[in-house]
Amino acid sequence: MGKPLNIIVCGSLVPDPLQTLEPVETPQGPGLKNEQMLPSVLDPWAACALYEAAALAKARAGSKVTLVALGPKAKLQQLMMTVAQKAPFQLVAVNAPAGGFTDAKATAAALAKAIQAIPGLDLSSTLLFGGCASASRDAGVTLQFVAEALGIGEFFMAVDELKLADDDTFTVLERVEGGQYQSSTCAGFPAAIGWATGSLPEPPNNPQIGMMNMRGVMPALMKAAVADVGVGGISYAKAEVPAAKRDTVVKKDMTADAIAAEIVEWIKQ
Amino acid sequence: MKIAAFNLSGQGSFAQDAPAIAEAVKSSGADIVLLPGTSRVRRAVGAAAMRAGAEVDTNVVDLSIDGEAVTAQRWLYRQRILATFSRAARPWVIVTDPSLFAGICEKVGAAPAALDPAPAASSRTTVNGLVAAAGGGESTIRPDAKLLFVAGAGWTKKQADGATHLDEAAATITGFLAKSGASLGSSKSLVDMPEAAEAFKFMSHMNQVGQTGATPRHAKGLSTCCHGEEPHVVGWRFIGERRAVNLDANCGWAQGKADVLYVADAFEVMKKVNELL
Ligand SMILES: Cc1cc2nc3c(=O)[nH]c(=O)nc-3n(C[C@H](O)[C@H](O)[C@H](O)COP(=O)(O)OP(=O)(O)OC[C@H]3O[C@@H](n4cnc5c(N)ncnc54)[C@H](O)[C@@H]3O)c2cc1C
Repeated sequence: MGKPLNIIVCGSLVPDPLQTLEPVETPQGPGLKNEQMLPSVLDPWAACALYEAAALAKARAGSKVTLVALGPKAKLQQLMMTVAQKAPFQLVAVNAPAGGFTDAKATAAALAKAIQAIPGLDLSSTLLFGGCASASRDAGVTLQFVAEALGIGEFFMAVDELKLADDDTFTVLERVEGGQYQSSTCAGFPAAIGWATGSLPEPPNNPQIGMMNMRGVMPALMKAAVADVGVGGISYAKAEVPAAKRDTVVKKDMTADAIAAEIVEWIKQ
Repeated sequence: MKIAAFNLSGQGSFAQDAPAIAEAVKSSGADIVLLPGTSRVRRAVGAAAMRAGAEVDTNVVDLSIDGEAVTAQRWLYRQRILATFSRAARPWVIVTDPSLFAGICEKVGAAPAALDPAPAASSRTTVNGLVAAAGGGESTIRPDAKLLFVAGAGWTKKQADGATHLDEAAATITGFLAKSGASLGSSKSLVDMPEAAEAFKFMSHMNQVGQTGATPRHAKGLSTCCHGEEPHVVGWRFIGERRAVNLDANCGWAQGKADVLYVADAFEVMKKVNELL
């Protein structure tokens, strides 16, 4: 059995994907209509990272998972009501705007600063996790910036599998083109992993884990540092939702033969 | 305004590619550096830009250059909001959607040069090689295909006779892919299902289209047994003509998300389609 792992997961909130999003102008630059009111979820790929982290930590005694989340404090608190029931973790919160229009660089700098301030941080046993891209900015560079700021020189992107051996070497499968994976083996820590879907389902809510986590979550939220995160050097000219609605023709009462003939003709066009 | 473009194909590791891209950005002396958003580029470009003291934006779908003014377009919130923006800082690394790279280079008059990074000076990572995502056979993901064929969770559901027909569904789907040369997409519900993982070995999470999946580009898309919920359909943003086969006349596809919705049994329809092909 290898040494205990220190897994740091960067992940924050995004609007629930079932919500309709409408861009609006705010004094700070573009934002979303009723942004404060929109229900949020844990960013889906970061959520996959959290579940994978919890599973790895469980398999190695003494390991710990830290979730580092940057977002508006009140919304983070709401989010924790559900997320805290999914897996055991310690929360480090950073109070700052999170969303598609903010610049990845400032977000990453604030995350790196928060990670560096974790008491007793030992990079030699650390795996830095996050989603391969967010469902808000979808830039896919934030975690790389954080890794770079922490001096982590092994980075894997869009990972679906991480197999850890007792000698601390691990093999990852990264998504590449054409439905293939690139397999790589890394000898030891630290390393940074941008997760894609992974292979674990969303864990059911566990109120006991929730209660245990909440003891640390509330103080973490209270002492959340405020970070200066905004649009940075980006100057937005326009943010729009191009019309996507089609005039759907609904064809009922056609025989399977007639539909098949029509589809084949359409495919061949 | 100096514009440089670089291509990076094949396999590599972060430790090999990040220094090479950073060096290319620096030594080019360019204000704007274009790269295609392949998996290899995306693995290293963030750190590379940081090392080169450059700004970086990914997933760019359009670029206009007018004198010194550079304006880019990219989607936010996973293909929901289209943003037009610029940056004053230089150098600015712009990573385009891979399929649009050649067109954007041509538009701004940049001829891409191939990067050939030397092996990493020091790294703990060894690249072992490529493995297929789905079990056996050739890949069902074909980015160059004209048609995207999406299979939804309905293929695993109990049908009119009260039973599931997983083997028949698998044979119908693979039969269609073989005959049409289409690329296979899936809904999240289908690839998340343990019974589908067993019966549909030809697909994996990589086939998933949507919010937490891929956003492929094909001229046409045919959806079967998939409800057409918004988190799925955001992945269809770049699909041209769209048709769907679903038993439910009120499914998402009927709500302005497809051009044609056939209200019918996809098992029957696709079997006939396979016969005709
Ligand atoms: C955070 C988050 C992220 C998500 N990301 C994604 C994503 O990336 N991609 C994605 O797809 N989903 C995503 N979803 C899930 C999404 O909301 C839907 O739940 C999912 O797309 C439903 O899949 P489905 O349509 O295949 O299944 P179902 O909703 O179960 O629909 C099955 C359909 O099959 C039809 N059917 C059954 N039998 C037949 C038959 N014989 N012939 C014709 N039709 C038949 C039924 O009428 C029904 O419409 C996400 C959800 C969340 C919360």
